[in-house]
Amino acid sequence: MSETYITRSTAIAARILAGEVMVMNSADSTFFTLNEVASVIWQAADGHTPLDRIVRDQVCEQFEVDAAEAQTDAEKFVAELSAHGILLVSDHPFPQESAR
Amino acid sequence: MSGPARVACVEIGGVPISLSTCDTGFFHLLRRRYHGFLSNSRPAIDLEFEIISGGSVSDDDVRVRRDGRDWLIERGDFRAIWNPQTRKGTVRQNSNPYSLDSVLRILHSLILAEQGGFLLHAASAVCEHQACLFSGVSGAGKTTMTRLAPPDVTLLTDEISYIRPETGSWRAFGTPFAGELARPGDNTSAKVAALFFLEKGPQNRIDNVPLAEAVQRLMRNILFFAHDNALVDQIFASACNFASTIPIRRLTFYPDSKVWGDVRDYICGLEQPGVSSESVSDEFSANV
Repeated sequence: MSETYITRSTAIAARILAGEVMVMNSADSTFFTLNEVASVIWQAADGHTPLDRIVRDQVCEQFEVDAAEAQTDAEKFVAELSAHGILLVSDHPFPQESAR
Repeated sequence: MSGPARVACVEIGGVPISLSTCDTGFFHLLRRRYHGFLSNSRPAIDLEFEIISGGSVSDDDVRVRRDGRDWLIERGDFRAIWNPQTRKGTVRQNSNPYSLDSVLRILHSLILAEQGGFLLHAASAVCEHQACLFSGVSGAGKTTMTRLAPPDVTLLTDEISYIRPETGSWRAFGTPFAGELARPGDNTSAKVAALFFLEKGPQNRIDNVPLAEAVQRLMRNILFFAHDNALVDQIFASACNFASTIPIRRLTFYPDSKVWGDVRDYICGLEQPGVSSESVSDEFSANV
């Protein structure tokens, strides 16, 4: 099974306000507020770390969640944000210059 | 009627802009329209107007885009080019005052964005030496709030609020851009005490608005015309900074004069007017 790599789009603006990550897509002005778990995935989206390792090392370490359930939720979250062009998804690591 | 170029300096939000035109009729029109905002300050920006005959206000969407170092601002009834480096621009439009208002509003929105500020679709007024902002969708009660204001309250605008950060707080300025009230604001300014999102209801109440919702609603009501990533990012940062500093509340109100008593009580009860304690991190601000 291939790995999933995620990185943040360059066409978004994001800020952490009072602990909440708020993301805005500059292209269509859609606005998202990320919950705690989503914020952890968002911040770890460096283009080089596979999603399952983010879930294992970050999400499961910081939250009391079942690993399989966390992986399913993470995939849903990634699919939703990638559908809005906010996260970019690939089965290969992103080139250094496009990953953050 | 044409003649030598005549110049009027119009200062809104502390930004003096020289408006020059060879059209005598247009010159008198702009002096009348911006009467309370004429200034003797040295202009920070020069705009040269070429007035064309015919045409009326256009219903087309305005298009604002970068063209090299310039901003290009276009609608059916005007075409403006502004260079933020030289601080000079040219405007070709008919003599309609509403077209002129639109050009100035867009220009000010670009200038304010550079300064971390924004134009907000909101009424604003000075009460107890502090500015209160009232925002909401059309029909929410912006004009009603300004109509109900007691005599000691100074109107800044019933339509477009001019907001800029200053050290540790924010300041709202009066503008000549009038809405339904058809009355320009006073040429004055005050530190912002609070922003209220308006809703009409059976009785008056003031409620907290969750921070994320506050930022989202703020973004919906900020006027920005350019689909430009860098500009959107800049304005989003400003909205987050504003929401982290200024109390943002929902004001449900029954439209009678008592509402101003509740607003007055609220802002007088603020421990440090216009200062909230949320922190904003721009960890991701370099994304664009």
